[in-house]
Amino acid sequence: MENSTTIQAANEPAEAGRSLWGDAWIRLRHNRAAMGGCAILAIIVLLCFIIPFFPFLPDPAAQSLPNKNAGPSMSHWMGTDHLGRDLFSRILHGGRISILVGLITTLVSLTIGVSVGAIAGYAGGRVDALLMRTVDVLYSLPFLVIVILFSALAKGYTNDFTEWVVSLTGINQDAIAPFTSLIPLFIAIGALSWLNISRIVRASVQDIASREFVEAARSLGLSHGRILFRHIVPNAIGPIVVYATLTIPSVMLFEATLSFLGMGVQPPYSSWGILIKDGADRMLSNSALLVFPSIFFILTLLSLNFLGDGLRDALDPKSAKS
Amino acid sequence: MLRNIIHRLLQGLLVLYVLGTLTFFLVHALPYGPFQDEKAVPPHVMERLEKLHGYDKPLYTQYFLRLKNIAQGNLGMSIKVMEGRKVSDILGQAFPVSLTLGIIAICIAMLIGIPAGIFAAIRKNSIVDYAIMTVALLGICLPNFVIGPMLAEFFGAKLGLVPVAGWNPANPFSLLLPALTLGLVSAAYLSRLTRAGMLEILNQDFIRTARAKGQKGWIIVTRHALRGGLIPSIAYLGPAFAATVSGSVVVEAIFQVPGIGRLFIKAIETGDETLIMGPVLLYGTLIVIANFLADLLQIWLNPRLRAANAD
Repeated sequence: MENSTTIQAANEPAEAGRSLWGDAWIRLRHNRAAMGGCAILAIIVLLCFIIPFFPFLPDPAAQSLPNKNAGPSMSHWMGTDHLGRDLFSRILHGGRISILVGLITTLVSLTIGVSVGAIAGYAGGRVDALLMRTVDVLYSLPFLVIVILFSALAKGYTNDFTEWVVSLTGINQDAIAPFTSLIPLFIAIGALSWLNISRIVRASVQDIASREFVEAARSLGLSHGRILFRHIVPNAIGPIVVYATLTIPSVMLFEATLSFLGMGVQPPYSSWGILIKDGADRMLSNSALLVFPSIFFILTLLSLNFLGDGLRDALDPKSAKS
Repeated sequence: MLRNIIHRLLQGLLVLYVLGTLTFFLVHALPYGPFQDEKAVPPHVMERLEKLHGYDKPLYTQYFLRLKNIAQGNLGMSIKVMEGRKVSDILGQAFPVSLTLGIIAICIAMLIGIPAGIFAAIRKNSIVDYAIMTVALLGICLPNFVIGPMLAEFFGAKLGLVPVAGWNPANPFSLLLPALTLGLVSAAYLSRLTRAGMLEILNQDFIRTARAKGQKGWIIVTRHALRGGLIPSIAYLGPAFAATVSGSVVVEAIFQVPGIGRLFIKAIETGDETLIMGPVLLYGTLIVIANFLADLLQIWLNPRLRAANAD
């Protein structure tokens, strides 16, 4: 009798284990602010990346002076600007650039931040001291001022860079210019916004490196690089994801600030920062030019922040203090 | 303690050295130079200008020369934007404006942010708390180049209470809008930090003891909780001041305040190396001093740190 129950128990399916991500997803789903942010973000991304392919949206560059500063109408949903260009279309096209800058720049800063933080945390000792003192010193620099300097430099070499890529790959200049003209900006902002991430990653790596499975990996004779990047860093992915989500809005803000000062995205391309700048200049004659792009921009940043905060609470329940 | 202070001062010098070096090489790597003009400059004029400003020497000689001069307190003279004027004179004129702006902004940030954070922490998870925290997040996401023009339109153009732009020493209200714009972001961060810091302290045993003793609520907050609860906010004041000082570049552009920020942008557009270096080093010095003071304040407030430093 006793024997059969044991067998029966063994045959029953074990209660399905829940992974870190499964748990996090359950917590995240109950966070209304985070889910709302996620939904708004999805809508904005879809609008910016899908709608411009449909023919009903006017060309963002098509000018029509008799129709300038028009209010919202069926043909121009958000009205037109001082040159008669369709505002809605301009916002969507500008949004693509802004979002692209946010994503790729974050990728650049993640790559640097995770590498520096992981190496500092894993190596410890002198390497750690050297890297972290460097981070401390960079932290004390007037950040915006350095970014402005960097992007002035990046702006100066944009054309050379495009020509170099064209000569190297032979791709048509017009096709590649939208991307190559942005790459120096990605690097300029990305190279300076990795400091927070490196500190976070270092702390997690230090914590994880003292666990048993790392010792096991070491006793199996794995190389340091393999232990670090295959075993330790994947375990620190929670905080990395959280801070990546929070880095996107901050670099988007930087891009917009630079564009506002005339140092960021360059005409003929436009971004939300440039639209806001144009709007602010013509605020008194047509306030819609300032209000509509600002709404899109702020909604995106807010959603990303809500999502990032929600992810932090979901992935790291200990840090949720309230 | 003394060792600590010396250590911090040395680190401050290192920060300034790195900053200056970075700036020097970034500016010299710019594809345009301060001697170019809209019209083509004749080669002999160009040569003479380059010689006058030492640009004919190899880059590393120029670097060490600049280093030596700056170490002796000589910032040189503006090459292009304010041709021939001493950078120290230019800064002496523009700096008081920027500093006043920055100090008012930080005061506004503290006056709004800290009380809001304390209030949110005391009324945790209430409507008030949610409202304050939502506004704070909005403050972080609203770029100052959106807030600025909107404030200018509302208070300046519509209500006519304050000047829309410009700086008038006779009218202290002319700095109010720029300072408010500049201070709001820091106010938002400060309120979040204050709330988190206060919550941590309010959950501790000694607060419960004070409550059990029947101590009044506001005395618990002001006498027991504030000291510890404000430490994160005070630690943030250094970085906040840094953000405010360099953020003034944008605000000065919006409100046409004749401070250092506007000169700096013009200098970058023309590649005027001396007039870029001056403001950069000035910003750097301010930040080093602000961080240092914030650290001292933090040690003074925190008995544990005080004990650790009392060697």
